[in-house]
Amino acid sequence: MTTLVEPHATRSGGSPAPAEAARRRRLGPELHWRILVVGLLTVFAVYFLLPVYWLVVASTKSTDQLFGSFGLWFSEPRLIDNLRNVLTHDDGIYLRWAVNSVLYAGVGSAVATLISAMAGYALAKYRFRGREALFNLILAGVLIPGTALALPLYLMISKVGMANTYWAVLLPSMVSPFGVYLCRMYAATAVPDSILESARMDGASERRIFTTLAVRIMSPALVTVFLFQFVGIWNNYFLPLVMLSDPALYPITLGLTSWQSFADRQPELYQLTVGGALLSVLPLMVAIVVLQRFWRGGLTEGSVKA
Amino acid sequence: MRSRRSDRAAAAGFLAPFLLLFTAFFALPIGYAVYQSLLAVERIGPLGLGGSRTVFAGLSNYRAALTDDAFLDSITRVLLYAVVQVPLMIGLATILALLLDAAAARGVPFFRSAYFLPYGVPGVIASILWGFLYVPGVSPIIDLLDAAGLTVNLLDSGSVLWSIANIVTWEFAGYNMLVIVAQLKAINSELYEAARIDGADAWQVIRHVKLPLIRPAIVLTTVFTIIGTLQLFAEPLVLRPTSTAINTSYTPNLAAYTQAFVNNNYSLAAAQSVILAVAACVLSFGFLRLVGRREDDR
Repeated sequence: MTTLVEPHATRSGGSPAPAEAARRRRLGPELHWRILVVGLLTVFAVYFLLPVYWLVVASTKSTDQLFGSFGLWFSEPRLIDNLRNVLTHDDGIYLRWAVNSVLYAGVGSAVATLISAMAGYALAKYRFRGREALFNLILAGVLIPGTALALPLYLMISKVGMANTYWAVLLPSMVSPFGVYLCRMYAATAVPDSILESARMDGASERRIFTTLAVRIMSPALVTVFLFQFVGIWNNYFLPLVMLSDPALYPITLGLTSWQSFADRQPELYQLTVGGALLSVLPLMVAIVVLQRFWRGGLTEGSVKA
Repeated sequence: MRSRRSDRAAAAGFLAPFLLLFTAFFALPIGYAVYQSLLAVERIGPLGLGGSRTVFAGLSNYRAALTDDAFLDSITRVLLYAVVQVPLMIGLATILALLLDAAAARGVPFFRSAYFLPYGVPGVIASILWGFLYVPGVSPIIDLLDAAGLTVNLLDSGSVLWSIANIVTWEFAGYNMLVIVAQLKAINSELYEAARIDGADAWQVIRHVKLPLIRPAIVLTTVFTIIGTLQLFAEPLVLRPTSTAINTSYTPNLAAYTQAFVNNNYSLAAAQSVILAVAACVLSFGFLRLVGRREDDR
């Protein structure tokens, strides 16, 4: 760790004379370089934030103003009225969609994380025949496009009479091959065999070792798997689209597109779509920004450590 | 690590729930799609009024899919799209990551959050958003371009594919950037100092130190981008009402969806799904082998 800190100290503080001279020589071009970097960063930030800014502005407008005023500035703001309309339209169906989205993403990703942790831990810490073959099979699952699975899945699920139920979306969401991959990589390096051995000496059962020791050590990876799967389910569109026909079961994504597709005939739905998009996007964006460090920590864990 | 009978029992216990669900919702659907794609519904009786029965049809659905001009067009379209989209996405993500890495510490968290933010916006909602920004009369972008004397149509047949590419780039560039940033952070900063002492300028450090070391992250994000690109579905579906250039078989996924839910031809849809899955696997494995071989050459 000390070797990591040292170069910084040399750069900022009392460095040897030749390095100091070289630093001074570079100062001119370095300033230009820095202005260029910040300039480019700003241009990209405008690109990524512009649609969000437009959404905030648009959600304050009436339907007429939405089409009749300049999109990047406010005009007769009436945000509260608009949001009330979103929440009360069609007996408050929007809230129902929001609850459904939380249910699908929350339950689906919690179960997916638990079973991925168990499977990843088993693949990392036990030796058995066919282990690598099994792991490769699961890895191949990562490469299968989810949308290619959704159609046959619909046919199977409708055969057993589960189409158009919560289960039709929940059950497939509980499988995360990528989660197993991450958990295995993390457990292999982070959970020491010696701890497991000494716990076994003390007479702890394998299940108890997993639930009390392994899960605790693996928790950073588990948070990453959970968030990953949560966003994946929350953003998923194809699966609920093929599985669900009852609007009461829709997640927000499906609900909003259904409003959008009717907006031709009912223009007030344009404004509802905009307001509904704002309401659904804000909490998740806040969560994304606040929880950023977990993505940073976990994602390349496998490829870095393996 | 030990290998004992009790090990096998414990491993089986831990693996059982995942394997059960993996089999039910990954392996079985693939098998079922292959099975379904080999069947056809045949009309019986005079004029086909005697009802219908399902018969084994061999590869005829695959022949039908691969000789259907609309489906072939959709494949050509996503391939063309992938050829542009994958390098664009990975290039932008890499540039963003390197810029963040090069910038002074202040402001970096803000920029990083700004770029990553769209990842929290579902694809369909991003498409609804950008859809408004593409439609004349609502879009401030078109208003501004009009004021500057430029008339553009972002939804006609020549440009709508690239309007879709823009939506996808907006959604995922920041996420891919974050994966690359994570790997950049793992680089030992002694390497930079060593390169500086050897007289390397910032550009040479990027070329000879940073880029080789973030290779694994770039490979990972490229594979996921290839898979995502071929699956293109939600964006064109959402833009369809506003653009006459998007038909019901604009992408392979959209074609399969239409076959299944509009034409009720599940067998043809299954064949199209299988073709798409095989193409995604071939391309991503092919890419992995390509970069793997280069690695061996070194």
